[in-house]
Amino acid sequence: MQIYVCVKHVPDTAARITVVGGSGFAETCKFIVNPYDEYAVEEAVQLVKRNGGEVVLVTVGKESAVSSMRSALAMGADRGILVKTDAQFLDSALTAQALKKAIAQDGTADMIFCGRQSIDSEGMQTPFRLAQAFGMAVVTDVVALSVNENQAIAEHDIGGGATEVLQIQLPCVIGANRGLNDPPYPKLPQVLRAKKKEIKQVDIADLGLDLSFPLTEIIKLEAVPERGKAKIFEGSTRESVEQLVKALKEEEKIL
Amino acid sequence: MFKAGIWIETGENGVKEANFGVITAARGHGDAEIHAFVLDGNADAYQDALQSYGVQKIVSLGTDGGDLSSKPDLQAAALAEAVNHFEITAFLGLSSARGRDLLARVAALMDAPLVQDCIGIDLSSQTVSKSHFSGKTVATVKINANPFVCSVRPNTIEAQIAPCQCELIEYRASVQDPGKLAVKEIEKSRTGAVDLTEANIIITGGYPIGAAENYNLLQQCADVLGAAVGASRAAVDAGYAPHSMQIGQTGKTVSPKLYIGCGLSGSVQHFAGMKTSKVIVAINTDAEAPIFEKCDYGIIGDLFEVVPVLTQVLREQKS
Ligand SMILES: Cc1cc2nc3c(=O)[nH]c(=O)nc-3n(C[C@H](O)[C@H](O)[C@H](O)COP(=O)(O)OP(=O)(O)OC[C@H]3O[C@@H](n4cnc5c(N)ncnc54)[C@H](O)[C@@H]3O)c2cc1C
Ligand SMILES: Nc1ncnc2c1ncn2[C@@H]1O[C@H](COP(=O)(O)O)[C@@H](O)[C@H]1O
Repeated sequence: MQIYVCVKHVPDTAARITVVGGSGFAETCKFIVNPYDEYAVEEAVQLVKRNGGEVVLVTVGKESAVSSMRSALAMGADRGILVKTDAQFLDSALTAQALKKAIAQDGTADMIFCGRQSIDSEGMQTPFRLAQAFGMAVVTDVVALSVNENQAIAEHDIGGGATEVLQIQLPCVIGANRGLNDPPYPKLPQVLRAKKKEIKQVDIADLGLDLSFPLTEIIKLEAVPERGKAKIFEGSTRESVEQLVKALKEEEKIL
Repeated sequence: MFKAGIWIETGENGVKEANFGVITAARGHGDAEIHAFVLDGNADAYQDALQSYGVQKIVSLGTDGGDLSSKPDLQAAALAEAVNHFEITAFLGLSSARGRDLLARVAALMDAPLVQDCIGIDLSSQTVSKSHFSGKTVATVKINANPFVCSVRPNTIEAQIAPCQCELIEYRASVQDPGKLAVKEIEKSRTGAVDLTEANIIITGGYPIGAAENYNLLQQCADVLGAAVGASRAAVDAGYAPHSMQIGQTGKTVSPKLYIGCGLSGSVQHFAGMKTSKVIVAINTDAEAPIFEKCDYGIIGDLFEVVPVLTQVLREQKS
């Protein structure tokens, strides 16, 4: 199987984000593989282990994204393609087009894996646009997957405690959710081997896309202030609970 | 005239409450004509509810391509055609699991701009706000093309009544299902449970809950409050709760009016999923727990003692 995995390079979940210049942020913080994309990589690697084939990573990002690509290669992917851009936030439609071009130039995908969302821009749409660009079916938020000859069975959460099981024709795009698998920590030999794997770099400007007209753009980024210290209710358990309920009723008018 | 269209999410109990906030958001454009798109064939049953929030036209969608109910691609194709047909500029819906999926399919089909999980919308200037970096920042996003699609985080825009008379329209889209995707089955694990992402009140148990059965304690309190029950990742990883109950960065994003966290340390990743709650209450044994530094009210105590008393007090005050 020829499997492509879209992997984004994003600030660590625990990183402090400092806004600079009104709509950007200080990119000096620690960056990681987008957590959902790790489930995507792991699933692809397991599929290729069973069925043979190749796992190719595709990233649209800055040169610095190579570090996350190496981490994902250490998880067992075979090689990578970096589409270089100088923006951290690229409109999702453009990102999807760039991913599509990079994949189509490289080979013929049997499956394309993504994460369900990127944790920086939280776009929640790239897999759908990518699928549309290829004329493939797509399912995201996937927590269980099985793949046969020419179809996949995927399960995802649809709210209200219900899950939906879908049958998808291959080739297709899958958006991985937490729960799909449990990626192990790469061991040192895997990390060392990953350093030697190929990462091909292409410039986004050479893909023949119209970059001058993004469908959406970020015009302002603002830090959200943390709430202050809690008002603590004192006294016996019953007394504190009664004060809490009173506050929720009378001050907050919630209950 | 500016036309706004809203995909109406329905369930066992008809129109989901959270839709009314989305309709209210669409009315924010002073001169908008509001279309509601209903896919389940029960449009007439929803007329009273929808017109009381200002919907002027209810479009009941059907297709030549078969039953709409369980075909995501067919639904999206029908909606995309209807958005064009009715000349909708802003197409909105709930950012629920279903909504995000459906709206993304529609936007991809139309090659239209899409912003998911909006927490604020200004239709006149085509700018919206949404969380970036798991709630650490809010981004203002300018939408540069028409028509455009936005999903709205449930409960972030307060619903306001605005009664009007509405018209019922039937529309048959001439679309076919590409046939690449089919729903095989739907499994309900917890029937009647309040949906986390739409709940007005959520009570969450962290790692100290210690066992799956102990969530019953929270469920009893939730029953009195009409609340949904959530879990932290530490509790999910320990096998005390299914992942569908997890709130946070790698779980669900929720925005209830009241969030009661029981035995939560207050991790950044957990807060990523519930930071926009209106009021946050923490119950924790440790007076130094980080959660007390970033919530509204706190009780220092053992959740196994505090929660039953809370349930009791709420019951007494109810009767
Ligand atoms: C990439 C990544 C993604 C993550 N995503 C998520 C996510 O989506 N959601 C999430 O929740 N976490 C997530 N985490 C994990 C997160 O960092 C924390 O480890 C987790 O939230 C801690 O869960 P907790 O607060 O339940 O447990 P703990 O950290 O164990 O805290 C328990 C708290 O309860 C108090 N306590 C103990 N006993 C009692 C008692 N009897 N009554 C009352 N209080 C008591 C303790 O004082 C303590 O403060 C993620 C981590 C990473 C690295
Ligand atoms: N710049 C990017 N490079 C590679 N993959 C991406 C990029 N942006 C998004 N993706 C993929 O699309 C998924 C969803 O992203 P988003 O639509 O931004 O929430 C991510 O989990 C990635 O798999």
